[in-house]
Amino acid sequence: METLEPLLAAHPFFTDLEPRFLQVVAGCATNGRFPAGAFLCREGEAANQFYLLRHGKVALQIGVPERGPVTIETMEAGEVCGWSWLFPPYRWHFDVQALELTRVLVFDGQCLRAKCAADHDLGYALMQRFAQVVVQRLQATRLQLLDLYGVHV
Amino acid sequence: MMATYPDPMRPQPYTVRRRSKEMGGTFTLELAPTDGTGVPPFAAGQCNMLYVFGIGEVPISISGDPTRPQPLVHTVRTVGAVTRAVCTLKRGAVLGVRGPFGSAWPVATAVGQDVVLVAGGLGLAPLRPVLYYVLAHREQYGQVVLLYGTCTPEDLLYRRQLEHWRARFDLEVLVTVDRATSPWRGSVGVVTKLIARAPFDPSETVAMLCGPEVMMRFTIMALRQRGVAEDHIFVSMERNMQCAIGLCGHCQFGPTFLCKDGPVLCYDRIKQWFGKREV
Repeated sequence: METLEPLLAAHPFFTDLEPRFLQVVAGCATNGRFPAGAFLCREGEAANQFYLLRHGKVALQIGVPERGPVTIETMEAGEVCGWSWLFPPYRWHFDVQALELTRVLVFDGQCLRAKCAADHDLGYALMQRFAQVVVQRLQATRLQLLDLYGVHV
Repeated sequence: MMATYPDPMRPQPYTVRRRSKEMGGTFTLELAPTDGTGVPPFAAGQCNMLYVFGIGEVPISISGDPTRPQPLVHTVRTVGAVTRAVCTLKRGAVLGVRGPFGSAWPVATAVGQDVVLVAGGLGLAPLRPVLYYVLAHREQYGQVVLLYGTCTPEDLLYRRQLEHWRARFDLEVLVTVDRATSPWRGSVGVVTKLIARAPFDPSETVAMLCGPEVMMRFTIMALRQRGVAEDHIFVSMERNMQCAIGLCGHCQFGPTFLCKDGPVLCYDRIKQWFGKREV
């Protein structure tokens, strides 16, 4: 039977993850696809999963009254989407909408949390990866806040 | 007999042949010498001093095609009194031009290698001559990649040209904006994020950066992380340039004068002063 392990191993998020961990993580993963316009998640809903993007593009959005959805960031193949499944209250903070046909690996958050609790080495390896993503996004957001390209006199 | 050289401090009168609005407060001017002579040749990356009589002088990078220097093309954003005056010059108006001054982008060094241009905001203007040059000699280069970041979709400089470049098969153009509302369907995020997904071989790449200094700092980090060597990264620096011939010292950056030694400098040469608060 074909498993998802080769797909996981090929994704940058899991680069150099030990094969034994890949096998465990693959047990919580399924394939998924979202047509353009579909939502991967909606703000306030239960965050029971995260996504590894394999193809396509999604927009992280927040609805602003009288302005409509404002895109904070877009994510493309090779990126990871969602960390709300990691921490209580396990709720999405933003909407994520597919801008084009998007293929993903979907991870069951509850399944993965249980496996991380049972094997702290796996938990540490995953947390390291997520922490790196969070830091990169934080730095990028700080740069965006600077309004670098505006006129400053 | 002694050769005579034009006085570099003496502006030559140029006439505005065309003025087009790029976006709010940013205009592109096409200029020609008033006496009917040709525009002197220039290298991609060089700048001119534009003098609005009675107002003052500003250094502005040349944004036209170095392989076809007629007319002289400058893209100017309204920031202060002089740039405001430049931007309001109508067709037929006369202004003074000194130059071209300064160093050039390393288009010759980059032959046989991948070329990555990273532009932020108005930084696309000084890099456009590189693109003109490289596309005119396309067979001499490997992958050619333009990474462009700006504030919003409305702030995209040379929008129609960007669309034309994106349609080419021999050029990779990735554009991102810092924030957007629908109907923008392109990328949103900082320009540094594009580096990870850009198609180039870091061991065989020359990168040229132009934009706000903070943006260039983070871009250099991302390029280094991808494996591009420090001596293959070139930046265009900006300081208070006045005489443009290395006499007044206003544009001193560490041991270099940006008007004479710059504005284009190899990162390897200036890294110890780059990002230093006091410099």
